[in-house]
Amino acid sequence: MTAIYILWLRELKRYFRSRAQIVASLGQPVLYLLALGFGLEPVFRKAGNGSYMQFVAPGVIGMTVLFSSVFSGIGLLWDRQFGFLKETLVAPVPRIRIMTGKALGGATVAILQGLLVVAACLLVGFRPRSLAAIPIALLFMALIATVFASLGIAIGSKLENMQGFQLIMNFLVMPIFFLSGALFPLTNLPKALAAITRLDPLSYGIDGLRAALTGVSQFGVATDLAVLCGVAIVLMALGSYFFSKIQL
Amino acid sequence: MIKVTNLVKTFGDFTAVNNVSFEVRRGEIFAFLGPNGAGKTTTIKMLTTLLKPSSGRIELDGLDPAVKQNEARQRFGIVFQDPSLDSELTAYENMDVHAVLYHVPRKVRAERIEFLLNTFELWPRRKDLVKTFSGGMRRRLEIARGFLHTPKILFLDEPTLGLDPQSRNQLWTEVKNLNQSEGVTVFLTTHYMDEADRIAEQIAIIDHGRIVAQGSSRKLKEETGTDSLENAFLALTGSSLRDEKASSADQLRQMARMWSNKRQ
Repeated sequence: MTAIYILWLRELKRYFRSRAQIVASLGQPVLYLLALGFGLEPVFRKAGNGSYMQFVAPGVIGMTVLFSSVFSGIGLLWDRQFGFLKETLVAPVPRIRIMTGKALGGATVAILQGLLVVAACLLVGFRPRSLAAIPIALLFMALIATVFASLGIAIGSKLENMQGFQLIMNFLVMPIFFLSGALFPLTNLPKALAAITRLDPLSYGIDGLRAALTGVSQFGVATDLAVLCGVAIVLMALGSYFFSKIQL
Repeated sequence: MIKVTNLVKTFGDFTAVNNVSFEVRRGEIFAFLGPNGAGKTTTIKMLTTLLKPSSGRIELDGLDPAVKQNEARQRFGIVFQDPSLDSELTAYENMDVHAVLYHVPRKVRAERIEFLLNTFELWPRRKDLVKTFSGGMRRRLEIARGFLHTPKILFLDEPTLGLDPQSRNQLWTEVKNLNQSEGVTVFLTTHYMDEADRIAEQIAIIDHGRIVAQGSSRKLKEETGTDSLENAFLALTGSSLRDEKASSADQLRQMARMWSNKRQ
């Protein structure tokens, strides 16, 4: 247990020490929030869908958690050759604990980063339905973080070089984000697109967040929870399997 | 302490390590020498549980590292060819994390860390982030860390690469001292023949995945009729250059170098 704790603590220490990085990683979500939030507001309102800022804020929060958690896992690629990870791979500790510590650390950092974006959302005028919404939103952020930190670890354990990183970024992570309903409602979509969005685990995360924060939901909170938990278990198993098989 | 019998590792149709056998006695300093791509690092990876052998047997202190992985890992320390410190943590924190991962009892932890940081002259810098350290200091810290859990075997994979003669000298002196005071068996690889000549009691030379000679430095020189280990090495392995294909690790290494130069 102490091994998990010390590895989790390490991720947190690293996070708090890289202030420049914290600020830098806020850039993208804030840009989405300001440019899209205010830019699409008039069209969205005219179409009778209410405030776009209210709609997109949960999406941007989910996006932040997605990127932050998935990167912490994919970072394995670098870390296992040049970083501290190699040291942990020869330590007399079962790999599953190493991976758990790392995944929990990555997920915690992603949640913290998500909370910063929540604060940014509140600053630019987003209003959650009530304060009671926050714990449920936090639960969904934690689930999104767990799912994608595990996915990141599964990928990071398998990747061989930096070119692979670009591929994963453009053909997996970006599609997961864009097809999740973070930016547009999942109603009245062409059939093919609708089907794809239902295969994207982030759709359920964003839907859950949106349900918690604004009361609008597509699939229902129970479905969101069930799907996310299921996917989290599968990806955790997959992540720890690949992680345990890492050879250098 | 280390016993390797008919060890083989193949990657596809390439045989990196071909039927290698050797034995390292308790408390000995053993140098594993060879040109680039000869199979040194692959052998170390198999000895340290990072790579599964294709066939053959390994015994570390009587244990098969493929079967009793964690027991074997507890018994050795390793300093890798590539850095493996956390540069966002301080020197002390790096040591502390290692102590936890290797189950160093809490009571002796602080004392042992202080002793080793003092030995490698890093104690005054213990609260500084490792990213502010020079290459030599990082190396010293990694070696200090390798000794932290009082391993029975210490693997050093080209630990002096890129260091100035002063650092190299000091580093080997400390390793030798600890080898004597704590009885640690040391298994090292290096490209500097003078170092191997000075410090190693036994030497094995590997080329194209096979061991081509084994014995003390004097024996190797006598066998080849040469006056230095370097000449003996060249006589045994030939003077042709080894152009290996760059692996993905090499590509990453190149990128790492690019980035670290930018930062300096």
